[in-house]
Amino acid sequence: MNFNLTFIGQTIAMIVFVWFCMKYIWPFIMGAIEARQDEIAEGLAAAERGRSDLAKATGESEQLIAAAREQARQIVDQANARAGEIVEQARAEGAEEKARQLDGARAEIEVEINRARDELRGEVVAIAVAGAEKLLAREIDPAAHGEMLDRLAAEL
Amino acid sequence: MEEEAHGAAAETASDYINHHLTNLQVCRIDGEWVWNHCEAGLFSANTLNVDSMAIAVLLGFGFLYLFRRVAKKATSGRPGKLQTFIELIVGFVDGSVKDAFPGRNKLIAPLSLTIFIWVFLMNLMDLIPVDWLPEAAAAVGIEYLKVVPTTDPNITFAMSLSVFVLVIYYSIKIKGFGGFTKELTMHPFTPPTRGVGIIAAPFFIAFNFILEGVSLLSKPLSLSLRLFGNMYAGELIFILIALLGLYQLPLHFGWAVFHILVITLQAFIFMVLTIVYLSQAHDTGH
Repeated sequence: MNFNLTFIGQTIAMIVFVWFCMKYIWPFIMGAIEARQDEIAEGLAAAERGRSDLAKATGESEQLIAAAREQARQIVDQANARAGEIVEQARAEGAEEKARQLDGARAEIEVEINRARDELRGEVVAIAVAGAEKLLAREIDPAAHGEMLDRLAAEL
Repeated sequence: MEEEAHGAAAETASDYINHHLTNLQVCRIDGEWVWNHCEAGLFSANTLNVDSMAIAVLLGFGFLYLFRRVAKKATSGRPGKLQTFIELIVGFVDGSVKDAFPGRNKLIAPLSLTIFIWVFLMNLMDLIPVDWLPEAAAAVGIEYLKVVPTTDPNITFAMSLSVFVLVIYYSIKIKGFGGFTKELTMHPFTPPTRGVGIIAAPFFIAFNFILEGVSLLSKPLSLSLRLFGNMYAGELIFILIALLGLYQLPLHFGWAVFHILVITLQAFIFMVLTIVYLSQAHDTGH
């Protein structure tokens, strides 16, 4: 072993190297590593936030969909009810119309019957007169017996 | 001298090993630059191991260049492949620091990163086949070249003693001079403070001080010797394998694969122990 100037040279070199490393190398590399660690932590936090936001939005959208579905159901129910009502109303109107027409027809028939009865009555009178003429074999003076015949016609 | 060194035929195994384990040295004697003929004592204040120094500094600059390039363009967005790789290393070191060091200190993490990568790169030179760089150097007229800087105790001791100075500095800064002294003298055996036993207190203090002093001084020593020893032994085995002729190929491969583990582990251990020693210096627990 021979200790010499190399010892001092190496000591100086070491001091310079360590100083340089401390001043110009370590802080930069460590800074980059720590900054990246922070960024990763932030990114993970943001992802977590995004995930919870998504869950919240999904819940909200499900609520909205349920509400919309409920509303649609109500509208359909209302429409059904309304349709039923309209059908009922139409049916009622139809029935009314039918009754009215029936009444009209019945009145008309009544009129016809009356008319026919009047005609028949006239004809019956004429037949009766003719029959009586034939039965009596002599002519009856329509003028003399007219009053009696009218009274008969009114009784029929 | 140069002819001798390159006389491969005349070279014995011992010469070969010694050649590989000799640093390229330069020193100034009597106003002249002298290469490889410097005094060989334990301490020589005028000598420099040019190869260790140059390779260590080059690798250090390589480390700084690569990391600085990434640091300048570092983005918190989608990182490129290189940035990912660098961030992986930085994150690993940062994790090790956070595991072992409870307080906040702006120096320790960059210090650990520098130590880890730099020591790793210096150890990595061990995986380059032992003859390549020395032969290439010889081809351009450089006589000796010891490739792995961490097999030079100058390098490992310089690093561990720098860490040791930081340990002392933070011990005094955090605990105060009194607190640090107390830690060295009042543990693990608390001296008696009243009664007749008080005359034994200085012995307690002396005993504690020896105990704690040894444990304190053993920290930088073990730190540097562990790295130096491992790398030196590994390099020596590579050199020995290189002496085996054709058989070296499978053996070299096996040892190199194993050594990948060793060099990474040694760099990691050096870094972790640095963190542990510094966190002990910050610890005001007892």
